[in-house]
Amino acid sequence: MLKDVSFGQYYPVDSFVHRLDPRLKIVFLIAYIVALFVASNFYGLAVCAAVLLFAIICSHVPFGKVFRAVKGVLFLVIFTAVLNIFFYNGDAVYWNAPAVLWEWHFLRVTQAGIVFSVFLVIRLVLLVTCSSMLTYTTTPVSLTDGIESLLTPLKWIRFPVHELALIMSIALRFIPILMDETERIMNAQKARGAMLDSGGLGKRIKAVIPVIMPLLLSALRRADELGDAMDARCYMGGKTRTKYKKLTFTWRDLIVFLLLAAMIAGVVVLRIYLGAPL
Amino acid sequence: MRIQAEHLSYVYNEKSPFAARALNDVTLTVEEGEFFGIIGHTGSGKSTFIQHLNGLIRIPSSLKKRKKYKSDTVLRVGDFDLASPKTDFRALRRSVGMVFQYPEYQLFAETVFDDVAFGYKNFAAEKPRKEELEDAVRSAIEMVGLDYAAVNDLSPFDLSGGQKRRAAIAGVIVTKPEVLVLDEPAAGLDPLGKQEIMQLLHRIHREWCKTVIIVSHDMDEISENCTRAAVFSEGTVKYVLPPAELFVHTDELRELGLDIPLTAKICEALRRRGIEISCDFTADDLVRKLLARREGIC
Ligand SMILES: Nc1ncnc2c1ncn2[C@@H]1O[C@H](COP(=O)(O)OP(=O)(O)O)[C@@H](O)[C@H]1O
Ligand SMILES: [Mg+2]
Repeated sequence: MLKDVSFGQYYPVDSFVHRLDPRLKIVFLIAYIVALFVASNFYGLAVCAAVLLFAIICSHVPFGKVFRAVKGVLFLVIFTAVLNIFFYNGDAVYWNAPAVLWEWHFLRVTQAGIVFSVFLVIRLVLLVTCSSMLTYTTTPVSLTDGIESLLTPLKWIRFPVHELALIMSIALRFIPILMDETERIMNAQKARGAMLDSGGLGKRIKAVIPVIMPLLLSALRRADELGDAMDARCYMGGKTRTKYKKLTFTWRDLIVFLLLAAMIAGVVVLRIYLGAPL
Repeated sequence: MRIQAEHLSYVYNEKSPFAARALNDVTLTVEEGEFFGIIGHTGSGKSTFIQHLNGLIRIPSSLKKRKKYKSDTVLRVGDFDLASPKTDFRALRRSVGMVFQYPEYQLFAETVFDDVAFGYKNFAAEKPRKEELEDAVRSAIEMVGLDYAAVNDLSPFDLSGGQKRRAAIAGVIVTKPEVLVLDEPAAGLDPLGKQEIMQLLHRIHREWCKTVIIVSHDMDEISENCTRAAVFSEGTVKYVLPPAELFVHTDELRELGLDIPLTAKICEALRRRGIEISCDFTADDLVRKLLARREGIC
């Protein structure tokens, strides 16, 4: 049950996308988000969507899995769409005479509003899909490696990059372990007749204590053990450490880099020549 | 209560890359009154099987229609039909007590008394009277060999390791379930602690719980204590036999990655030196037969 949380989980298959340098994938995601906001019309979005579709196909992650991530933010998407349909009336520059389709007090639905909210929905869906593709195709460990490597320049201003990356990777590493543990403890308490999923709010909060207490204790115990284990291996922090897996830029990354550049160029060109949503 | 499982299969995280087949067509019957053992190496599906017995893992009722799940799957515990979605799981869990591996990690309350009382209160039809609750908790704590007056007011986290485990077991048997299932009850204890726990389980079996099922990967534990034992391997039941017969299959057991009991090893060593002894593989029996033999020779 707890493992059904699919948003942001690694999908373990081997593919072109999985093998890319994590740094490139992080940069790709950032550039992609920028491109989504640079794109000012449906052609620009279509270019972005095509690139993402291509990436999904190359990654061997099933579409069902990808859409599950979108389902997680469905409420947000619908909320945005509804808000825009009712409150956006069109930009005077592009829509000099917004065609009003329906009006009631302060609510006004215009053609421009509908077009714009469709535009926003597509943008949002692409954004979420691309972010989840990053976590589907990159293990938490290489993700933190990538972030650490990208943040390296911050070491110049004494920012504890290595420590931050360590904290992140420990947290990521322990999420599944603690989830397993939670399930085990819940089962043990259910076997003793605990009703974990029924009753009013007060009852439910009380019902959580038999799960939270052992879980907290176990997390503390694990933290203690991990600390001891790190001490026993003479862990001293970042300065003199080397990497087991060195990040290297390969021909694959180069191809993707060029693709990314082409996509951004395309979006910019389309923005300049075509302008607003059509 | 008789426990009957037929063609029971289970896959974790089905239809995902993490899918793990844990049970594969398990058929097994445990009679009322048995002290039953389940043995197998790590990952052979023992824990998955026993979690079926009180409905913590359920036979998916909608999936039964699919042909992959053979519709001849049967799982009965006494009168409960666990393949039916209408089963009263609360009543089932009251009748089948389940002690998980390292049960001391499920302790949570402020005092030992409250922790042991947790299950009793949960399963009670209406709020139990104070004396009734106290009686039940007292007898459970005394049943597991702890001193009620000394521990009932302590925090469970102040107890020693062995005491914590006993307190956790008390928290399960407090409702006097008819069937008691224990997952590796002696894991992580020293030899004396192991022996004490096994004695404790025999006492519970005699006085409170008609049927006891223990999971273990220690052959000696199983051979010395159980009426019958099932050997699990890769999600299937390889053998179900009384211990004495089980250890006729020493070679097969070794192949399954299991150790054989010490007495069986001694008999093997004797056989290699040409001394043939057939015993039922309890230490007592072996000693008796060896003595009888020596008297015969001398
Ligand atoms: N919660 C779970 N999620 C996914 N797979 C599991 C889970 N629990 C057990 N498994 C898998 O099921 C198989 C049987 O496990 P288990 O029943 O715990 O075996 P045993 O108790 O004999 O060691 C193993 O391959 C294990 O990896
Ligand atoms: Mg187990």
